[in-house]
Amino acid sequence: MTALETPERSLHDDGASLSVRGLRAEVRGKVVVQGVDLEVRRGEVQVLMGPNGSGKSTFAHALMGRPGTRVTAGSITIGGHELVGLPSWERARAGLFLALQDPIEVPGVRLGPMLEEALGEPVEARLRAEAAAIGFDVRMLERSLNVDLSGGEKKRNEMVQLGVLRPPFCVLDEIDSGLDVDALGAVAARLERATTEWGLGVVAVTHFTRLLSVLHPDVVHVMIGGRIVATGGPELADQLEATGYGTFSDGVPGSEQ
Amino acid sequence: MPLPSEKEEIWRYSPIDAFDLDRYVPVGEEQRDRPIQSGRSSASWIAPEELAPGIVAVTANGWLQRVDRVEAPGSVVVRSALDLDASPPAFGAVLSDVDAFVCMNDAFHPGSVVLEVPAGVQMDAPIVVVHLVEPEGLDGAPAIFPRMTVEVGEGARARLVELLVARSDPGVALVVPVTELRVGEKGDLSYVAVQQLGTRTWHIARLCGEVEREGRLRTLTVGLGATYDRSRSDVTAKGEGAATELRSAYFGSDTQVHDVRTIQEHAAPRTTSDLLCKGAVAQESRSIYSGLIRIRHGATKSNAMQTNHNLVLDQRSHADSVPNLDIEENDVRCSHASSVGPIDEDQRYYIESRGVPPERAERLIVLGFFDDLIDRSPMPEAMTAVRRQIGERVVRALASRSAPPGDVCD
Repeated sequence: MTALETPERSLHDDGASLSVRGLRAEVRGKVVVQGVDLEVRRGEVQVLMGPNGSGKSTFAHALMGRPGTRVTAGSITIGGHELVGLPSWERARAGLFLALQDPIEVPGVRLGPMLEEALGEPVEARLRAEAAAIGFDVRMLERSLNVDLSGGEKKRNEMVQLGVLRPPFCVLDEIDSGLDVDALGAVAARLERATTEWGLGVVAVTHFTRLLSVLHPDVVHVMIGGRIVATGGPELADQLEATGYGTFSDGVPGSEQ
Repeated sequence: MPLPSEKEEIWRYSPIDAFDLDRYVPVGEEQRDRPIQSGRSSASWIAPEELAPGIVAVTANGWLQRVDRVEAPGSVVVRSALDLDASPPAFGAVLSDVDAFVCMNDAFHPGSVVLEVPAGVQMDAPIVVVHLVEPEGLDGAPAIFPRMTVEVGEGARARLVELLVARSDPGVALVVPVTELRVGEKGDLSYVAVQQLGTRTWHIARLCGEVEREGRLRTLTVGLGATYDRSRSDVTAKGEGAATELRSAYFGSDTQVHDVRTIQEHAAPRTTSDLLCKGAVAQESRSIYSGLIRIRHGATKSNAMQTNHNLVLDQRSHADSVPNLDIEENDVRCSHASSVGPIDEDQRYYIESRGVPPERAERLIVLGFFDDLIDRSPMPEAMTAVRRQIGERVVRALASRSAPPGDVCD
């Protein structure tokens, strides 16, 4: 975690961290997240890996407070401020951003007016700058949110929003799904820059090691059966690449669900 | 001719069985020279001036009172059929299905307002016709029958706005407008009708259009006022290559009923029609949309689209959507889509997760729902006011609800 000690990153280290303790969450009565602990500091990049059905996406939505995803135990705090029990918009204002795997289409709603509602101030200039930074065609800003956008454009659109809102922490749910190599590189580069620009703390959720060829994590977690079964540095991803998830699921209760 | 009944498909789900004809009195000849004070059209939330019009005409209770020419080619004429000394247009020529309300209009309308755009004449400044419902001095519940006949000649182009406005709440009233639009070969007409009548008015409107070879007709009807707001649009692509485009929007609150019926008829080869109808119902209001695509034998290689989306904003509000197809030809393309439902949960979550509070998120989604249609309107300059008015209605309706459904279940 030497990156944390670089001067740029420490500049933004206000001591506030995203802290998840003993989190359990269920969807439609089924327990999917079975006690997760996670601590992310400003400027840090962590990757949460796991096979399909391991509970990673539910974990991401539990952090953001998606309706239908119910937290049954544990806490989620940013700088000590409890998020559990808050509606998602208050979690956003407390400093959390969730980039969706499949960003929702909202006909007739443009990006600018939505972000102005979120921030309470004009965003036009920042919007254009962020679009340019991620290679998002500025003409798309006049279109309806995510309507008729390709998978890559939708993910770039999420990065534009991230850049305008500048939250302390960002969770990315399968950001690499549906992305070509160029778009994935652009997204990863933007995230890396954000860690120094404003000390963004990142949790990237994925089941492919592909993301790790472009995004350089400080910490890698492996989630199986709703639990984190291993935590380490980037070398953990190399191990995954070589052996797959099978070696991690051995002996983990609930992992065969 | 008997009054229609809810048993007829084209009146299904409507409250027409509760209609009481006997309570209304048709306005009479004495209304002919009713003086119009200046500024009276300002009762409309679209000021005609706002549209930079070329011609503004005003009727009161159906009688043409005034035609102001701001800037228009001399050959483009708006006048009352009563002032034509010969060969008035054949009223009803485009009406394919005459019902009791059209008969009433035939019998009682005080002379059609006739707009003629001769062949080859192209006029871009909108022609605005304001139909005022003027309750003062009328006995009983008035019945008013505006009539409009539009002829756009070969290769001509024009843009027309009809505003249906109650100057003050007339109490109980019946307003039965009939508008006929004819577009000649390679002609082009854009048409917008905005209904903003009083809260105890029954509005039963009929719009008929027919388009000759390679002509184009684009229409938008906006229904916001009235207690029962019915707007039936029958549009026929008559000549080869003719194109029609229909847009319709409604917003219901209180106990309003909005009732939109459309017929897209294809009578010639290579014709196209594209319909988009969007509405939202709040409180105890409800809406009915039914649409028919009819492709006649011989209308090969025609392409028809029909889309109706409804937002149901309250548990007490309700929307029905009934698409129909009647296709007598094989080599055609038709598509239809319809939806009825509350504000989409995923859309709400997405917007809220960016830090937008629930009531603001809902407002964005509902306004966006209408913006999606407004962006495809045939007359953008008329949309500023329409958008503003829909926005006010949306904000009021959403504010009147109890708190939106909770979005956190922790």
